[in-house]
Amino acid sequence: MITDLLSTTVLIGILASGVRLATPYLYAAIGETFSQKSGVLNLGVEGQMLIGCFAAFYVALTTGNLWLGLLVAILVGALMGLAMAFVTVNLHAQQGISGIGFYLFGLGMSELLFQRLMGTVETVRGFPKIEIPVLIGIPFIGEILFNQNILVYGAYLLVPLAWFILNKTTLGLKISSVGENPDAADSLGVSVARVRYFTITLGGVLSSVAGASLSIALLNVFQQNMTSGLGFIAVALVYFGAWRPFGVLAGALLFSMVNSLQLWVQVLNIPIPSDIAVMMPYVLTILVLVATVSRVRAPSALTRPFEREE
Amino acid sequence: MKKFAWILTLIVVMSMALSACGQPPAPAVEPTEAPMEATEAPVATEPPAAPAEPFRVAVIMPSAINDLAFSQSMYDALLRIQEEMGGPDAFELVYSEGMFVVDDAAAAIRDYASQGYDLVVAHGSQYGSSLQEIAPDFPETSFAWGTTAETFGQPNIFAYEAASQEGGYVNGVLAASLSTSKVIGVVGPIEVGDAKLYVDGFKAGVAATNPDITVNVNYIGSFSDVALASEAATTHISAGADALTGTAQMVVGAIGKAEAANALWFGTQSNQTSLAPSIVVASQVYHWEVALREIITLIGEGTLGGQSFKADLANGGEVIEFNPDYALPDDVKALAESTIQGIIDGTITITLP
Repeated sequence: MITDLLSTTVLIGILASGVRLATPYLYAAIGETFSQKSGVLNLGVEGQMLIGCFAAFYVALTTGNLWLGLLVAILVGALMGLAMAFVTVNLHAQQGISGIGFYLFGLGMSELLFQRLMGTVETVRGFPKIEIPVLIGIPFIGEILFNQNILVYGAYLLVPLAWFILNKTTLGLKISSVGENPDAADSLGVSVARVRYFTITLGGVLSSVAGASLSIALLNVFQQNMTSGLGFIAVALVYFGAWRPFGVLAGALLFSMVNSLQLWVQVLNIPIPSDIAVMMPYVLTILVLVATVSRVRAPSALTRPFEREE
Repeated sequence: MKKFAWILTLIVVMSMALSACGQPPAPAVEPTEAPMEATEAPVATEPPAAPAEPFRVAVIMPSAINDLAFSQSMYDALLRIQEEMGGPDAFELVYSEGMFVVDDAAAAIRDYASQGYDLVVAHGSQYGSSLQEIAPDFPETSFAWGTTAETFGQPNIFAYEAASQEGGYVNGVLAASLSTSKVIGVVGPIEVGDAKLYVDGFKAGVAATNPDITVNVNYIGSFSDVALASEAATTHISAGADALTGTAQMVVGAIGKAEAANALWFGTQSNQTSLAPSIVVASQVYHWEVALREIITLIGEGTLGGQSFKADLANGGEVIEFNPDYALPDDVKALAESTIQGIIDGTITITLP
């Protein structure tokens, strides 16, 4: 029984599932990394995801155009991000609370629109799988990584891109300085407001795309509250990844791989109660978090509204 | 500082108002009738006589009225009763959906009771303890809840449940007859109640038809995680399954994965044919109106609770609806029909673990 887990089919199955499951976490958690690096905790990720999830699905369903669906999700995500930025930057809101407000807004709004515009669960034909020529031929790896849909590839390409922006560009430096010491950044002529507007809006866009990756690429269906807490796990993954894109990638993959492992554990009839199996990804993530938490500290100005001393 | 606290409150209130808007009090929608072919008409019962005053019913459901699963089964049944009794003038129906937070549901139950509704239906076994607390405060109001047989000995609580293992058994017989790979996958939510009954019945049906078939069962630990349910379906397909079933509202994604792999799907709770017309073979559909009719009649006679009802194949509370677009071989259909008859007659007994 337990040795069944080591067969090629099962290993490929676990890893390929893990790669797919990690996709929405990556978009949302990379977006959140940008916000948090600039000192803003956005707990509205889940709500932004739901809105993006619905927007992309509805546009794809009615127009038959997936790219238009994605574009609308990006625009709607940007709007949600701008609203969050206004509340956070201009109104100096308590971020933990305003984030929850945005979550509830997204939850309610997506449900309302779903009821009014669709009325019942429907399906769309989502982004197809694309085999990458040559690379698909690599034994084992090819099947796991290079036969996915476009939004899965996008999520993994986003990781090195985010790393490059945060670590190798002036923009990245500005973001970090605003998150670490906004007063100093301000005195050096960096506009704290503008940087935070940018990161929060980007976070909104990426959360919305995370939702779209579920509704028009991975699951091709919309149901109320279908993100089911995924956005909150994405926020946790940012801490897990210690505000580094590759750390976030490691966390998302670990969580997703263990989740797909537990699916296989049940399918292979390995005698572990299902209640225990479904706990595995959470327990393991907490353990890793506890073991590694002290290595990096959070951006110093995280959750602190910036008010210029006049 | 005060200004933004005020704005935040506004946002929170607005969002709550929005969620509330999703639940219009007097739904004007007609149930959409999917083309279906029932093996047998629900047992005809005389509709309860319409009283002069409208009979007022409120229902609280954990998910959406159109979830193609648990909540929809109750909502559709109430609409059918409404039609039988002569429309909204004789039968007033209001509902609160998406009440996955039990505290919110409890508040809604209390609200409806204090507004003098004749019957308040708490459609979810998670609402039991709230109901036990609330019902004694409203001795004039009748409450019903499910799925369970527990009335807490209260004179104003009715209970209802479904013998889901019966439809599960029939689906299992069908799946075992149609599977060529001899591997069948099941996507379940949490290993309790209605879901467990259905899955155990399904396994018994498969085993009775062909003991060599492997049934892989996966409980994903959630009623709402569409992504994980769909990945569970993919896992079953990778493990060789060519027939799948699943229960609860998060299976909508799993049905899509079955369709993409051209694996068969067997539905339960509501008719799931519309999601994938090419691969859904049959669905077990709950017709709660069988229990509701009796409850309403009893209330008319002055009995407000204390009894429990079970929907099953024999009383028409459960119906197997075949997908007319799926070319089911005649011998398999005959086997399914004789199985249904056997369960009704009692010649087939379903042994649950």
